[in-house]
Amino acid sequence: MTAAVYAARKKLNTLLISYDIGGQVLWTAGVENYMGYQFIEGLELMKKFEEQVKQFPLDVKTGERVSSLSQTDGGFEAKTEKGESYQAKAAIIATGKRPRQLNVPGEEKLKGKGVTYCSICDGPLFASENVAVIGGGNSALEAAEDMVKIAEHIYLVSLTPLTGDQILIDKVKAASNLTMFLEHEVLEIKGKDRVEGIKIRDLKNKEEKELDVGGIFIEIGLIPNSEPFKKIVRLNHLGEIEINCANETGVLGLFAAGDVTNVPEKQIVVAAGEGAKAALKAHHYLQRLSK
Amino acid sequence: MAREVKMYTTPTCPYCKMAKKFFDDNGIKYQEFNIVEDKAAREEMKNKYDSLTVPTICFDGEVMIGFDEAQLREKLGF
Repeated sequence: MTAAVYAARKKLNTLLISYDIGGQVLWTAGVENYMGYQFIEGLELMKKFEEQVKQFPLDVKTGERVSSLSQTDGGFEAKTEKGESYQAKAAIIATGKRPRQLNVPGEEKLKGKGVTYCSICDGPLFASENVAVIGGGNSALEAAEDMVKIAEHIYLVSLTPLTGDQILIDKVKAASNLTMFLEHEVLEIKGKDRVEGIKIRDLKNKEEKELDVGGIFIEIGLIPNSEPFKKIVRLNHLGEIEINCANETGVLGLFAAGDVTNVPEKQIVVAAGEGAKAALKAHHYLQRLSK
Repeated sequence: MAREVKMYTTPTCPYCKMAKKFFDDNGIKYQEFNIVEDKAAREEMKNKYDSLTVPTICFDGEVMIGFDEAQLREKLGF
């Protein structure tokens, strides 16, 4: 959205295509480090971004996802999942990240039936039940800490040793109703119409175990929304688009910004700044093109 | 005839807030059930609508589990 505002202020004929307006920030409960606000809800901050975008005569297409981007004689063609096609002389990819899935049998079928990716949303539904929290980072530890107060028993299953902040690790370790299975992988989520259990395997001795749980909270990080662009740009080992410090992808006229890129530190303020840089660079590129 | 929309929510759920904003912005009235406090509503959501995720949104005989603005727009026909 920042890139769109900067592009509009340069009076570039700009089209913004996004499935939603706000992305990851929408599901961030509170933001305390975006300058100008000591505390603001993610949704509220994105509402303010959206209002600012709407001040400019931009063409905004929401509810659409770009499924592919290719080079044409005049620049680029973006095709969407709905089958629409859009042309532009320059393009900025700022598609962010999304929650990573486990990709194990049962996960897709039991989404919303006990498999959840939002513990602050669905935690209260599992009062007095056994649940599993999957992951070893801060999000998983926060979910486990929340569920300690709500659920009967919590199984914390992590592929790696715990990687989150020590203060959270200490809190979770102190809980009497929590059992850890570190360096364990999830093999399957069991259940017909609802989650009934989970099958895990010890990475060291390959021993398999089944745990009876009614809820599974998956908190295993984020992956970049870079798949539609992988044929045209270079991706790093994490699937992030590689850019230089001027937001250039290496393809003339194609820029990228924010969490979908290899720029370190995934923060709202960083992503917004990167969006501004990308739009200004795209403007310079188009100016040179027209000379 | 006014459309009857029921929404099951929890107070900490950002997607529920997004759904409420969507209905408010589009002038659609809805009845909200906070399933943390309302145990009967929690059981109804679990058993009648077979859902373990909020928001669960019910209208015109449809049940939407989770919030997806694009899908909701399509189903509401605008």
